[in-house]
Amino acid sequence: MNAVELENVDIAYGPTRVVRDVSFAIAEGESFALVGESGSGKSTILKAISGLAPDWVGTIRVLGKPRGHGPDRSLAKICQMVFQDPYASLHPRRTIDDVLAEPLAIHGIKEQRAKVEAALAAVGLDRRFRFRYPHQLSGGQRQRVAIARALMLEPKILLLDEPTSALDVSVQAEILNLLKKLRREQGLTYLLVTHNLPVVSFLCDRLAVMRHGRIVEIADVDALKAGRLTEPYSLELFQASGGPITAGA
Amino acid sequence: MTDLLSIRNLTVTFPTPRGPVDVVRGISFSLGRERLGIVGESGSGKSMTGRSILKLIRPPGRISADEMIFDGIDLIRRSERQMREIRGARISMIMQDPKFSLNPVMTIGEQIAEALTTHNSVTRRDLRNRVLEMLHAVRIHEPARVAGLYPHEVSGGMGQRVMIAMMLIPEPDLLIADEPTSALDVSVQAQVLDIIEELVAGKGMGLILISHDLNLVARYCDRILVMNGGEIVEQCAADALHRAQHPYTRGLLAAIPRMDEDREELPVLDRSAWAAA
Repeated sequence: MNAVELENVDIAYGPTRVVRDVSFAIAEGESFALVGESGSGKSTILKAISGLAPDWVGTIRVLGKPRGHGPDRSLAKICQMVFQDPYASLHPRRTIDDVLAEPLAIHGIKEQRAKVEAALAAVGLDRRFRFRYPHQLSGGQRQRVAIARALMLEPKILLLDEPTSALDVSVQAEILNLLKKLRREQGLTYLLVTHNLPVVSFLCDRLAVMRHGRIVEIADVDALKAGRLTEPYSLELFQASGGPITAGA
Repeated sequence: MTDLLSIRNLTVTFPTPRGPVDVVRGISFSLGRERLGIVGESGSGKSMTGRSILKLIRPPGRISADEMIFDGIDLIRRSERQMREIRGARISMIMQDPKFSLNPVMTIGEQIAEALTTHNSVTRRDLRNRVLEMLHAVRIHEPARVAGLYPHEVSGGMGQRVMIAMMLIPEPDLLIADEPTSALDVSVQAQVLDIIEELVAGKGMGLILISHDLNLVARYCDRILVMNGGEIVEQCAADALHRAQHPYTRGLLAAIPRMDEDREELPVLDRSAWAAA
């Protein structure tokens, strides 16, 4: 069964259609990347899957079940999102404990304390961070909290929207290692949005290159590593990201 | 070659409840008409170094230096009023995000014109021509149309090119670019940096490129300073960056994922490695 499946999906914001006729399927346990420049519609796809962009047509299936357009509480248990900027995605006046316990409270899950502590441990944060506020944490620590929050309901699928682009390279390395470790340990499926191709090489199995709301190419990560992308636009992106320039380009 | 800028023992201090903290600790460097890159992570003091050159550190922050000589002028001994003649006209600065650095209620043309008329007297017809020429130089294809737009009507990449136009129209001798492309897409980044490079080389200016991105700095600069904790930990020629010696620089280089990445885990900076050294 596919973890996430999109068939001929168009997504609009008001009168503007930002994603056109997008289809792809992500197998369970796979790590799939959407790459492309800003405005190409890659984040919008994550928003449509998570329910933040309700104005779409086509079919979206999550773990085989077609997704409706409205908010869906049962989806929260299988699919969660991590946002780009940990400075903006955590409530400034809630402690880490509040942030992590809230999804449990909403879904009526008991043993909150033990679960919060387990989640902190899973993302490599010390227990003493539990009653701190986001402003008392560094960017990397905040992103760990955001990942822990996404994992609270033990979802199967994580939607990662540029999870490391607001971080320093040394912190980025820590978060990427963490994401890789969590995926291995919990058998997660990742749908990662990024403009950083080397991050795709590190973390993903396949990638889709997007431009102007359409997917121009879907390729294996080995093709990316070897610079064997076929579409001219993909190669342009590859070279702009510091990929070696092959003959004829 | 005489130096365009020579800084000796620059320190920037901020008071905190626990006593003053030096965010830049007695650094010295000099710059000719060349491209110098300053790299480091958040909090390394790289941006503060850039801002100190224009004395743009707001109180309660304080700058001190033995000397900060720019083209024969000791900036450290200049008054605020005297600094205004230098800012923009002789040394200018491109900030990170055009969304926050452009005036939202002025058209692009007006803003670029203002940058010029603040320091020079220009006739109205000349002014318009110079603005359009400058927009053309930053590869904006319909300069007349774009000059009439407001900042929210242009993309990030175009906004940053407008910033470059504004900073370069008074023809300064030194351009400081503080993370000029980190708010932009990879595909646009190269374009913006190419424009900066071309204009800087064409006018024989000096450039200080401040960035957290080692590879980018190595590609666009002649010489690199690596900063950490307010100090310069390493200086090298850009093409010798991969032979860097300092454990911090080496750690940073190793932590960057590569296009042909096959490591199972990325090495993480061991911050004790050089703290002990």
